[in-house]
Amino acid sequence: MSGFAQNTFNGLVSGAFYALLALGLAVIFGMLRVVNFAHGAFYMLGAFGAYVLLTEAGVPFWAALVIMPVGLGLLGMALERAVIHRLTRLDPLYNFLLTFGLTLILQDLVKLRYGVQSSPYETPSLLSGSVNFGLFDFPTYRVFILGFAVLLCVAVWWVLTRTRIGMVVRASTERPDLTRAFGIDVGRWVTPVFGFGIGLAGLAGVLAAPMRAVNPLMGADLIIVVFAVVVIGGLGSIFGSVAAGFGIGLVQAWGEAYLSAFPIVSQTIVFVVMAGVLLWRPAGLFGREEAPA
Amino acid sequence: MTSTVDTATDASRSTPPSGLIAVARAPGWVRYALLAVGLAVAAWLPNGLYPAVAVDILCWALFAVAVDLLLGFTGLMSFGHAAFWGTSAYVTGLVAIHAGLPFPLAVLAGALAAAVLAVPIGYLAVKRTGIYFAMVTLAFAQMVYYVANEWRSVTQGENGLQGVPRSFFGLDLTDDYFFYYAILPIVLLGLAAAWRIVHSPFGRVLVGIRDNPARARALGYPVHRYKLTAFVLSGFIAGLGGGLFAVGHRFVSLDVLHWTTSGKAVIVVVLGGIGTLWGGVLGAGIVVRLEDWLSFSGFEAIGLVTGGIFVLVVVLFRRGIWGSVAALAHRLAARRR
Repeated sequence: MSGFAQNTFNGLVSGAFYALLALGLAVIFGMLRVVNFAHGAFYMLGAFGAYVLLTEAGVPFWAALVIMPVGLGLLGMALERAVIHRLTRLDPLYNFLLTFGLTLILQDLVKLRYGVQSSPYETPSLLSGSVNFGLFDFPTYRVFILGFAVLLCVAVWWVLTRTRIGMVVRASTERPDLTRAFGIDVGRWVTPVFGFGIGLAGLAGVLAAPMRAVNPLMGADLIIVVFAVVVIGGLGSIFGSVAAGFGIGLVQAWGEAYLSAFPIVSQTIVFVVMAGVLLWRPAGLFGREEAPA
Repeated sequence: MTSTVDTATDASRSTPPSGLIAVARAPGWVRYALLAVGLAVAAWLPNGLYPAVAVDILCWALFAVAVDLLLGFTGLMSFGHAAFWGTSAYVTGLVAIHAGLPFPLAVLAGALAAAVLAVPIGYLAVKRTGIYFAMVTLAFAQMVYYVANEWRSVTQGENGLQGVPRSFFGLDLTDDYFFYYAILPIVLLGLAAAWRIVHSPFGRVLVGIRDNPARARALGYPVHRYKLTAFVLSGFIAGLGGGLFAVGHRFVSLDVLHWTTSGKAVIVVVLGGIGTLWGGVLGAGIVVRLEDWLSFSGFEAIGLVTGGIFVLVVVLFRRGIWGSVAALAHRLAARRR
């Protein structure tokens, strides 16, 4: 029983990363119709940035947790203004290709400067050790990640559904022309929303730094799994993306634990689930049948 | 089983690639002249480049044409074609090593394996369109990558398959120069097949589906089945390239299945010109040559350059080389009239 709880917990923690990345992708997609391939690269930059800040400037984790998302968010906004924005009127495939190219560039820039080996990042002292939940202990840091990610998802949901800004963003996402007709400047929100999504990816990266190997390639494989996650959840649905993120984390952890005779399972199960979803509900579990994007 | 996923018209899509149309309208003698030039370049290539590079260009030309068959003529961007290129490379390598068959038969086995793999992946992927199709194919290709990585007893994992033989009825093909001419007929056959597909009634239906899936369905064409057929044919042609690539390098590594390989195939097509078929061949030549030159000059961050090309082409040069030249020629011809 305690083993099950352990696996479930670990599944939720890795699901938290999927959820944060999927959330960013979904928000950006909703507003810009752009699938950001470079999302994984920004996650990597978040982790790498935290590492560089710590080792070269002595900036602690907590400061990095603010600096990196904000910095990357601003970088994302600049990027949106500079190039992505030029292509949003075209087939979304072009922006997918553009961000793919950016991924290669960002990855190689980091590789050129820091090599490919993984660097360790120490867990902040406040969060080292473990928390006892009766029957079992959990590393404090992982509890923190899970709590933080859930809080963040709830906060984003609250902003989107309960505030005026959220209302404008949702309206611009669903009916841009009509929203414009009401005198709301839709274009104004595009850049901040893109920056926000990138910031989320950077934040996930900083959170991952103490827990996962920090290296230039850490985001690339992850983003492909996150693509499968958003296909499963339905990219058009923000709730669906987050739910699928946590769900896939769970399924992976359980698969790893209970089908350990087949080591391939934990890596491929997400794609098997995706295949099942495509058969059963092609638009995704929470997605609507929609015009081709 | 007809979902409404892609009934909405693609009218909002950017204008369909115009390269093919312009070339098709070119007078007969222009087309024959181009064909002659192309064949002459193909015959001369290993004399002007390192033969090993020339071999790579041939393989990548097939790969690019396979991707363009979907991207340019069916309106589907597969971002997972490394699955077919790589699967064929592994199957070809294994067949050549263990069965000792002449290499064309091993390549054929590899390409068939790729086509077989393309059936389930294509069946699932054609349920989505546009950007989702790209994500789904990318994801399935990654799954194939993980399986190959994990299945070490067969694929040798990160060590790769070593010593893929180039056996061909006792002929000595160890020299890349002669190997180039040995595979040239196979490659030309593959390219001709792609041309034939595009210019067949089947190919016209594909273009119809690309431009307006709803109308194609209304006319009674089983859209999903057409797309799936195109996907499998494309997987086969990509497999031909991948198999030859394996024999050419006498070595298969996991790189052949990596997502960067899928992405490179797409950019090769975009650089050459989407929907121009031969543009992909040009793009393959340029990218392979450039990468060889970069790695030869000891430049480490090849991704920086390929990524840079990606960005530049997408931002400034979406028509690609062939598409731009065709458009220019078309404009000149129109002015003369």
